Parts: sequence; structure tokens; C-alpha cells
Amino acid sequence: MTMASTETLRETARPALPPAARKWLLSAPMLLLFALMLLVPLLMTLVLSFNSFDFYKGIGGDLSLANYAEVLGDGYFYEIFGRTFGIALATTLICAAIGVPLAWFLNRMTPFWRSVMVLVVLGPLLISVVVRTLGWAIILGNKGVLNGALMDLGLIERPIRLMYTSGGIVLALVHVMLPYMVLAVWAALQRADASAEAAAESLGARPWTVFRRVILPQAMPGVLSGSLIVFALSASAFATPAIIGGRRVKVAATAVHDEFMNTLNWPLGAAIAMILLVAIMAVMLTWTRLVEARVGKEYA
Amino acid sequence: MRRNGIFAKAFCALFALFMLAPILVVIGVSFTPTGYLEFPPSGLSLRWFRAILDNPDFIAAAWISLKLALIAATLATVLAVPAALAIGRGSFRGREALQALFMSPLMVPTVVLGIAFLRFLTLVGISGTFTGMMLCHVVIVTPFILRLVLASVVGLDAATERAAVAMGASDWTVFRRITLPTILPGIVGGWVLAFITSFDELTVTVFIASPSTTTLPVRMFSHIAQTTDPLVASVSTVAILFTVALMLTVDRLYGLDKLLIGEGKT
Repeated sequence: MTMASTETLRETARPALPPAARKWLLSAPMLLLFALMLLVPLLMTLVLSFNSFDFYKGIGGDLSLANYAEVLGDGYFYEIFGRTFGIALATTLICAAIGVPLAWFLNRMTPFWRSVMVLVVLGPLLISVVVRTLGWAIILGNKGVLNGALMDLGLIERPIRLMYTSGGIVLALVHVMLPYMVLAVWAALQRADASAEAAAESLGARPWTVFRRVILPQAMPGVLSGSLIVFALSASAFATPAIIGGRRVKVAATAVHDEFMNTLNWPLGAAIAMILLVAIMAVMLTWTRLVEARVGKEYA
Repeated sequence: MRRNGIFAKAFCALFALFMLAPILVVIGVSFTPTGYLEFPPSGLSLRWFRAILDNPDFIAAAWISLKLALIAATLATVLAVPAALAIGRGSFRGREALQALFMSPLMVPTVVLGIAFLRFLTLVGISGTFTGMMLCHVVIVTPFILRLVLASVVGLDAATERAAVAMGASDWTVFRRITLPTILPGIVGGWVLAFITSFDELTVTVFIASPSTTTLPVRMFSHIAQTTDPLVASVSTVAILFTVALMLTVDRLYGLDKLLIGEGKT
């Protein structure tokens, strides 16, 4: 009886609109913006990648696979894509190797030191990548901080070339990507059962054994999801490879930038970008499949 | 649980050094009295901070970045809050698709977004304008706000709202008096994260900015690409101080870990 009267009250108090319609109405402004400013531009870029290009006449309206044939048939672009994914893979592996132990140590810290370390991990995320990469450029140069220190210590006689090398790019990218890996692994460890570690310790396991037999398996879901993020972000990174790699050591993202801003061959640049997009998506999908097959759907 | 041993402590110290090194080096270099990048600086001088004042293009770029980030973050918040209220509660047809669409700017490589925006703005005829740049930034920062607002909407207690409706409150009153105050921390956190994301954005903006709408990161990037003098380090130091001040404020108000991880303070 009371239920019924409340219902009548509700229906008289407001115009009837089905809940689903209300929800679409609430999302409509955002949907409109995303349709216009995201879906349309992405479609236009896909079309652009099939257009022809002439240095005198500009972008043509015809459609062909010529740009894709040019990219896929040129060893120069193979080298760029090989370097891009090599750098992304190396960055991911190093981030995992550093991130897992760090997340474990983070869990075992006193609250004060933990909050200090969390600030150290997260703080750099808020500082512009340009600024951080500038720092690495100063450190890695031939007369830079690192080479200077190593020579002063007598460890090397001549400066090691780090600027304008893939190694230098990996080093700076690891710095940019580590927070994502640490956060992912730490989240996994926090979900895990802490008593397993305590049990292993009380049974006399040494720290290395605890790490290998308890922590690593518990951290694995975090490592896998963190790797996915780090790999995708590293493969499409622009600022770091552009500043550390310069004009000589190109990756896919800097090659796209070059085609658009210097050569002005937009269709070719769009084709490179589309290949990068598809390649990253393919890696991510395969990775998710593998993870699902190995550790079960809940972690993927 | 056992505490960390000496190896673990050394590992953490090295990690902290690695994370802070580039930032400390940039700050150190900016105080050099010389005309080139040197670390550690041979003396302390504010020469390169005064030099910022002689370079109006850096200051103009900083103003554009500030204006862009303020407007883009605010506009994205205004659009994201109703969308989050719709997506966050109850299921309806197309809910997953909507959420995936609104989060997709995080999945598409930024360089692809950059050229897509450039192509679109050029065809529409507003390339290089502030308005065009702002619309693109709204799209880019939306996922950051949406994630945080969604998290607070999910935690919302629907019973309070139902009680208000049953007592005759209008939709707008319910939103203003009950929903908004409850999800406000999420909105504030999302806004700040969106502001920072827009303010620091380089990869997309480098494609769509024109000389008259150059943002600070783009200006710094092109400066580094041409020359490396301590000027860009002193500009960076000012930017770092600005960020740290913002970070401390946010940490007081909301909790930095909550903002970036989306979980409560530990």
C-alpha cells in the first residue's frame, strides 16, 4: 500500500522518461564531442593513408595501397619499426625487473618511508616529459654528468656514446614508464594474501626464496598488465626518442612527425601511423590472449 | 612481515636516485652562471631566470598553456560528470560501448591522435586556432576525469537520492544537494589531473599548435631541438616548482596516491 502510493507520487512529480533514455541524454554531449572530434578525425586519417601524394599537387583524392606498399617494401622503414619495438621490449623487460622487487620492498616499509617512496614513484608522473627528458639529455651527453662521473672515477677512459643511441632512449624511457609498472605490480601485491609470505618466512625460507616462490607468482598478474601498458606507451612514445634519439635514431612516432611537419607527405605519414596503431593493437590482443590462457580470465 | 634488509634499502635508495636524478640535474643546471649546460654548476646565479623575462615567447607560451589547461579541464569536467552519472550506475544497452569510447583516447597512440586532429582541423578550417586546440585537449583529458568521477559515482549511496526524490525534491535539487557534494572529491581530483595532463601535453599539441598558439611544452621542445642553453632549464625549474606546489596542495586536499592510483590513502 505504501509502496504503491510512493510510486504514484513519483509518476506525478516528474515527466516520465525511460531510465535508458535518461542515461543516453546525460551522455549525449560527451558522445557528440567524441563522435565529431575523435571518430571522424580517426576515419579521416584512415582515408588519408590511402590517398596519393605529389610534391607539386599535394594530397590527391584517389585511393590506393601505394603508401602501405612504400612503407612495407622499404628496408628503411623496417629498420625504424624494428628499432621501435626493440626499444619498447627492452623498456618493458627492464621496468619489470626493477618494478617487481621495488613493489615488494614498498609493501614491507614503515608507513612513513612508504609514503616517501610513493611520492618518489608518482611525483615524476606529474612533471612534463620534456623536462624529464631534458634532464636525461644533460646526464647522457658526451660531456654529460654520467660520463664525467665515470671518467673521474677512472672506470672509463673515453666517454661512452649514450645520446643519439637506442640505449639512451631505453634508459630515459625506463624512467618515464617505471611508475606505471610499479603501480600495477603494487596493486597486485596488495590484493594478494600477505600471510603466504609470513608463512614462508616462519618456515625458514630465505628472502630470495620468498621472492622467487611467493612474491613473484603473486606479482605476476600485475607484471602482465603493467607490461601491456608500458609496451604500448613505449612503442608510441614521441618526446623521449625525439630528444634523445635526435634526427639520426628514428622510431615510428618520430618518423610520422617527420613526414607531417618536414617532408609534408601526409598520406605516407598517416600510413606509418596506421601500421604502428595496428601493430600495437595486435601485440596487445595477442598478449591478452596469452595471459588469459596462462593465468585465467580474472587477471587478463 | 619482515622489514627490508640492507640490500632492499640500497635498492630503494638507488631507485630514488634514478627517479630524481634528471629532475635534480635540470634544477641544478638552471643556476649556472655560464652560457652552457654544466652540472654541477660552477657558481650560483639567477642569470638564466632573468633571461626568461627577456624571452616573451616563453611567457606567452606559458599563458597559452595555462589558459588551455584551465578551459579544457573545466569543459571536460562539465561534460564528464553527467556522462559518469549515466555510465556509473545501473546497466543499459550500449553502456560498455560508451565507456570504451570515452576511455579510448588512452588506448590510441598519441601520435595517431595528433595527426588525426591535425587532418580534421585542417579540413574544417580551424587548424592552428586556440578553439581547435582546446576541443582536442578536452578529448585527451576526458578519460582522466571520467575514471575518477566514475570511481566516486560507483561508491554513491542510491538510497539517499531515492529518499530525496520520495520527499519531492526535483532532479536538479537532488543533484545539487546530494549527488554533487558526495562526488565532489572525485571531480576535484579529476579536474586537477586533467589540468596537469593538458598543461604538459606535447605529442598531440606539437602537431596542432601554430606559432601564435604554441604551448609551453611545444615551445620548450622546439627550443631543445635547436639549441641547448640553460634557458630551457630555468624555464623547466619554474615549471617544476609550479607542479610541486600544485602537488602539495592536491596531496593536502585529496591525497596524491588516491588521485593517481584511484585508491584510498594507505
